[in-house]
Amino acid sequence: MVDSKQQWKAWLYLAPALILLAIFTVWPILNTSIMAFQEGYNEMDALRLGRWGFPIGLGNFERVLNYSKFWSALQNTLILCIPTVLISTLLALIISVCLNSIKPLQRFLQTIYFLPYVTNSLAIGMVFAAMFNIVGTTAAENPVISTYGIINNIIMMFGGDPINWINAGSTYETKLIVVMIYIIWNALPFKILILLGALQSVNKQYYDAAKIDGTGKVRTFVRITIPLLSPMITYVVITGFIGGFKEYSSVVGIFDDAMARTGQLNTMVGLIYTSITNSNTGVASAAALILFAIIFVITMINLAISKKTTYY
Amino acid sequence: MKVALQNLTKIFPNRDKKKVNEDVVAVNNFTFEIPDGKLIGLLGPSGCGKSTTLYMISGLQKPSSGKIFFGEEDVTELPTEKRGVGLVFQNYALYPHMTVKQNILFPLQNLKGADKLTKENMLERAYEAARLVQIDELMDRKPSELSGGQQQRVAIARALVKMPRVLLLDEPLSNLDARLRLQTREEIKRIQMETGITTIFVTHDQEEAMSISDFIVVMKLGVVQQVGKPQDVYDDPANLFVAKFLGTPPINVLDGEVKSGKLFIGGAAVLDVPGVADQAVTVGIRPEGFNLDPNGPFTCDLSNVEVMGRDVSVVSKHANSQNPVVRSIINSDANIDTSATTISYSLKSHKVFIFNKDTEERIRF
Repeated sequence: MVDSKQQWKAWLYLAPALILLAIFTVWPILNTSIMAFQEGYNEMDALRLGRWGFPIGLGNFERVLNYSKFWSALQNTLILCIPTVLISTLLALIISVCLNSIKPLQRFLQTIYFLPYVTNSLAIGMVFAAMFNIVGTTAAENPVISTYGIINNIIMMFGGDPINWINAGSTYETKLIVVMIYIIWNALPFKILILLGALQSVNKQYYDAAKIDGTGKVRTFVRITIPLLSPMITYVVITGFIGGFKEYSSVVGIFDDAMARTGQLNTMVGLIYTSITNSNTGVASAAALILFAIIFVITMINLAISKKTTYY
Repeated sequence: MKVALQNLTKIFPNRDKKKVNEDVVAVNNFTFEIPDGKLIGLLGPSGCGKSTTLYMISGLQKPSSGKIFFGEEDVTELPTEKRGVGLVFQNYALYPHMTVKQNILFPLQNLKGADKLTKENMLERAYEAARLVQIDELMDRKPSELSGGQQQRVAIARALVKMPRVLLLDEPLSNLDARLRLQTREEIKRIQMETGITTIFVTHDQEEAMSISDFIVVMKLGVVQQVGKPQDVYDDPANLFVAKFLGTPPINVLDGEVKSGKLFIGGAAVLDVPGVADQAVTVGIRPEGFNLDPNGPFTCDLSNVEVMGRDVSVVSKHANSQNPVVRSIINSDANIDTSATTISYSLKSHKVFIFNKDTEERIRF
């Protein structure tokens, strides 16, 4: 414990961080929570009625739940979040184990795998849009199909028919698949970084001991590697879910803003954003609180499961 | 199971050619046959290649040249998991996420084909191993909930449960406190005698090695210095290194000279050494090799007397000593005049060794 006479010093050193947190984190959270319960709150009326001039109630929440776009946004968010987190975690685990077991090129490959992390997600989105394109860069369907994205080129190389992935007239499913591939690929670097770090800090003697005990490769992986990595796996799954529920930029990157906000692939964050730009700040706040509640519940479920399976 | 090492050599290639232009020879031409059912101590200072030797026997490291035999079977190329060895690691390497029971069961669950056991058989074997090391009360605990000594026992049980052909122990006592070390080394001896499994253990503690081994192997810089029963090696060291390495308190080392069949230390003829050619020599005298003798030829400046109960340890100085002090162990019944400035001894000839000054090899007389 710090000597009580010295405590003011501790507070002094903490002050810059605390002040910034208070202004940019604590107050917005508080403000959002208040606005969510102020029925029909918006900036324009706030000028006329004053900050506290709105009736208190659950009207904002009611409007969110009755909003037809809310349910499609929730569905899209869940579809884009849950499978991608699980698949990307599994892939990251396999890739990091492979990376960890090779000596030459390990550093080089590590860098390659890390590149998506330092690349702008909108730029990656544009590249994906080009890769999955059907007619070059034109959005409208072209009767004379001449240029293809690389994915369709590959499909045709193996004798398949080109698929309209994302252009006008493409189905909801193909659009979802492209966005999911993007999200999984984009989520890999961070997970690989964490899991590879964890793998490299596992005491080699456990593997020597397993060898002495005559353990096969698969069994060693399942019975020793995974349990020893379980705290870090839990970590990437939980942070993955939290990030996944806030999915938005991936859809904007591949399609455009409208698709992510009101289009077929609208997401929860897109919904909140639309409500704000439509001056429905109260509704946006309510939607944000609902999203927070969902993330909170999912995280609690995650923690409950990991408590049984994670060794610390 | 008899274990034979034939010209076993391990060379670690030099990675930084600029700084040192030499490969590291960790183990150099090690040939030794370990008789069936014996307890062998590999002994030496750190970096002498004793652990490398152990890991080569286990298969975790591949020898650069030479062969390893278990019985008549050449296992040099056999992978670790097929050798049927049990290894107790220095820090035990118990799987932290498994209970004691799961840890001990683990090697059994790996058995395949004809060796596969039923669940009941496995449990029976696990409890049998646990009883042998007296941890059957702790089966449901996690390793982190055990003391160092208990973890050590679990590690031994895990190594023993699959009935290994050879049991290997890497510095088994180094993580234990002094009291537990004494107790555990007796345990190891007892377990080894009960199971009759050929056991090889590595240690840098000469007392530990001498107290429980049937044979000890003294190593230095990858080269075997001497192999033999602990008492024989102690009584008849092959060179100065072995003489210095064994024994507490350590042997006294002095500069001397042999002239016409007599050993001189600082001008005084202290011992007859018939048949040794005239030369400057290094003399080793065990602390128990001194007889109090007022008229004795070997005289030192008395510093102080340390009382140890049964014995006293006489600390003195001598101009020719290579150590800071000359230490002798004398029965405490002898009344030593602590106010005297000098003390004189006669020497027991079988406790005095002379060595070539350059090669440090033993010169026998």
